[in-house]
Amino acid sequence: MVDNPAYGVPELARRRFLGGGLLLAFAVVGASRKAHAAGEEPSLRAIQGATGASPHGGFDGFAPGGFIRIPPEGPITIIAPNVEMGQGIYTGEAMLICEELEAGLDQIHVVAAPPDEALYKQPILKSQATGGSTSIRGAWTPLRQAGAAARTMLIGAAAQQWKVPARECTAKRAVVTHRPSGRTLTYSALALAASHQPVPKDVQLKDPKDFTMIGKPLPRVDTPGKVDGSAIFGIDIRVPGMKVATVAACPTFGGKVAHVDDRATRRVPGVRDVVRLPNAVAVVGDHFWAAKQGLAALDITWDHGPNAMLDSAEIIRNLRDAHGTVQPVMARQTGDVDTALGKAAKKIGADYELPFLAHATMEPINTTVHVRADACEIWVGTQVPTMAQKLAADGTGLPLDKVVIHNQLLGGGFGRRLSADSIAQAVAIAKQVSYPVKIIWTREEDIQHDQYRPAYYDRISAGLDANGMPTAWVDHVGGASVLATYVPTGWPEGKLDPDAVEGAAKPPYDFANIHVDWVRADPPVPVLWWRGVGPTHNVFVVESFIDELAHAAAKDPVAYRLDLLRNNPRAAGALKMAAEKSGWGGALPAGSGRGVSLHDSFGSHVAMVIEIAVTETGEIKMKRIVAAIDCGLAINPDSVRAQLEGGIVFGLTAALYGEITFQNGRVMQSNFNNYRMLRMNETPPIEAYVVPSSESPGGVGETGTVSAAPALGNAIFAATGQRLRRYPFDRTQLHGAHAEGVVVSSRDAAQKTRVD
Amino acid sequence: MMTLRINGQSHVIDATPDMPLLWALRDLLGLTGTKFGCGIAQCGACTVHLDGNPVRSCVLPMAAVGNRDVTTIEAVGETAVGKKVQAAWVALEVPQCGYCQSGQIMSAAALLTRTPEPQDEDIDAAMSGNICRCGTYTRIRAAIKQAAKG
Ligand code: FES
Ligand code: FES
Repeated sequence: MVDNPAYGVPELARRRFLGGGLLLAFAVVGASRKAHAAGEEPSLRAIQGATGASPHGGFDGFAPGGFIRIPPEGPITIIAPNVEMGQGIYTGEAMLICEELEAGLDQIHVVAAPPDEALYKQPILKSQATGGSTSIRGAWTPLRQAGAAARTMLIGAAAQQWKVPARECTAKRAVVTHRPSGRTLTYSALALAASHQPVPKDVQLKDPKDFTMIGKPLPRVDTPGKVDGSAIFGIDIRVPGMKVATVAACPTFGGKVAHVDDRATRRVPGVRDVVRLPNAVAVVGDHFWAAKQGLAALDITWDHGPNAMLDSAEIIRNLRDAHGTVQPVMARQTGDVDTALGKAAKKIGADYELPFLAHATMEPINTTVHVRADACEIWVGTQVPTMAQKLAADGTGLPLDKVVIHNQLLGGGFGRRLSADSIAQAVAIAKQVSYPVKIIWTREEDIQHDQYRPAYYDRISAGLDANGMPTAWVDHVGGASVLATYVPTGWPEGKLDPDAVEGAAKPPYDFANIHVDWVRADPPVPVLWWRGVGPTHNVFVVESFIDELAHAAAKDPVAYRLDLLRNNPRAAGALKMAAEKSGWGGALPAGSGRGVSLHDSFGSHVAMVIEIAVTETGEIKMKRIVAAIDCGLAINPDSVRAQLEGGIVFGLTAALYGEITFQNGRVMQSNFNNYRMLRMNETPPIEAYVVPSSESPGGVGETGTVSAAPALGNAIFAATGQRLRRYPFDRTQLHGAHAEGVVVSSRDAAQKTRVD
Repeated sequence: MMTLRINGQSHVIDATPDMPLLWALRDLLGLTGTKFGCGIAQCGACTVHLDGNPVRSCVLPMAAVGNRDVTTIEAVGETAVGKKVQAAWVALEVPQCGYCQSGQIMSAAALLTRTPEPQDEDIDAAMSGNICRCGTYTRIRAAIKQAAKG
């Protein structure tokens, strides 16, 4: 089960905080920091800290480090270092711990970690954050070590009590058994004694063949609460005395509030306050409806600021023009592309374009804040709890340890909740009132004040030998630095933002001569990571273009790829599996086609085949999707399949509908009526296969999204002969184009393949 | 003041009659299982039953509820169909983030009450008003079929 962290009257919250597992992680910090020694494994470090001199901050039980709390009575608490936003990480991380701890998923409950970099820093991201499909990769070793160390100490405590050698004892389902005598003690009974056991210097992790949980499709711990309405998301928090607010920020980026007339608002029944910020106005009411009515009644005059004329067509033009005017930053140079191009039998080049995208998490952006003179308490679902804490401390002037973050289940993250912009705004609003306030953004506010996946304009080319195989590959990626969002001083000129080329610099294929660079162009639009991060935009270009090369060589797109994968057996394995399961090569009616994509991302190898039919009027009907992933050892194969299924839908939504545009400085989309989502009637059957593997686990959550758009674009080409080099795919170009092999020239000259 | 019958109980609600049912449920009664997703009848996150029929509570003024029975996700498991739907959702691990799932389950339970053995077209018609940003559609379809069987 998932525990809904403390909420309620502040007094009660405080008491639970002091008495429960959540605060405990806080309480042990002082001790654990003292005990840290450079170079030690985080889990063991944490254990040493927790079991040092401190009596565990008032928690009467076994608190080995940051991840495990075993009280003398009641279920074991697992503190998940990563946040649950649908990817199943509470279950996956609990499985890693419980495999070694020897406890069942039905014997534990999982809570979100409080902000604490010392205990919960993500080793790959190097901060306490959840994103980039890094969670399992980072947790794989430390969480198993934490479970093993705790088990060793519990067994040690039992052995001491029985005065027998520890090696005669085993543990299973939270019970220690002394084999020769058959005596047993539960973990609960051992909790106090285990605290006094020496922390093991080293732990032996299980041989994978002995795993009883890892690798099994175990039921998710958070599912029951998500089918009966009892799961609590940030937006569901209710604190006594709380009011509800909604907010309107200046519709143009960088604009400000010039004047507010709130006379009509104050007459709306249930409206309590109107709060003004430099760039936004919030209306507070007894409930959301009052706040929303009140906001609608406001008469706000905006000072639209420097971006009042912002226009997406111009942004795209600037991105295109940056090629040739901006000095590119080198990302990869192997071999000699110039010489290879000089000798090529055929040269091919194309420009690809990708739009701005919004995240549109299903749970609208919200934060509940109570600012008091001496403390600030925040209830929110965030991917970056320490960043949220820091911004709240800065915003209130309170010391960091007076800001309490109660992290909640996230109704979707997709990168949106890697930003704490809305949390900082909520604190600024809450500071001006004396009561706790829940700030909820309308869907319109969410779409129009997102931080967007930036647009890209990439120029790619290749030289082919007489057999049509690539001898040179040149990829100029053009777009913004997303990392710059996180660097207060900006991303330095001339320095590579690795995210910009993450899926371009190392394609899965053998290219003897490859050149990849980044042409930086930052638009005046707030940008952020979006599901699939760097690879989502790079791989659309790489995988569409390799398909172009296969067709230019008159070769089968799967066979062509396999020819280039002789040194990449895992990618080849995933591709073969997807091809075989999808019936690749089988006959299809006219106007139908299959498209394939392949990528190595986040430590995994993913292939996807989609079969579509295109109607006379250019409508795309998706018939069937098959995906295969080699993600190393799959901790929970069912969660892996679910992530692939969902990630593909997320990517197809963008490929078919996703586009944020700007006109006169404003975002032109506002809600699901004009920022469309894929729906049930459009979603074809999706089969997801996991390639059996014993390699270390790779990332999964982002991968399906990366696969989707290029596979669909390639299927459109197979069905119609039309190569669409920008998404959302323009179906007007497919009118009457479904006759096999007929190549209709592109509408836009910039998007034509250049063949010399 | 208005009186609504929700999950078999009468509630006196002190709010203007134009207030959508969603906000009475969530903000006045604390029934937070029903979700806000769009506010314009586009996503289905706020779906509840009115005398067994699925409605989008974000655009349904309380004045329009009258004396009809409101059922929310918190009580749908007390009906035979709702219970089967929830069991199938658990068995097939449908939810990801879970935020849309209250609405999905309410739409599915209403479908199966009306059409105990739905074909794919029935599922499309009944479920396409419910968005799932996590993309759980294939499992929702499978779970509806499983609930219909069991
Ligand atoms: S919130 Fe009612 S349909 Fe979206
Ligand atoms: S499960 Fe996340 S929106 Fe449906």
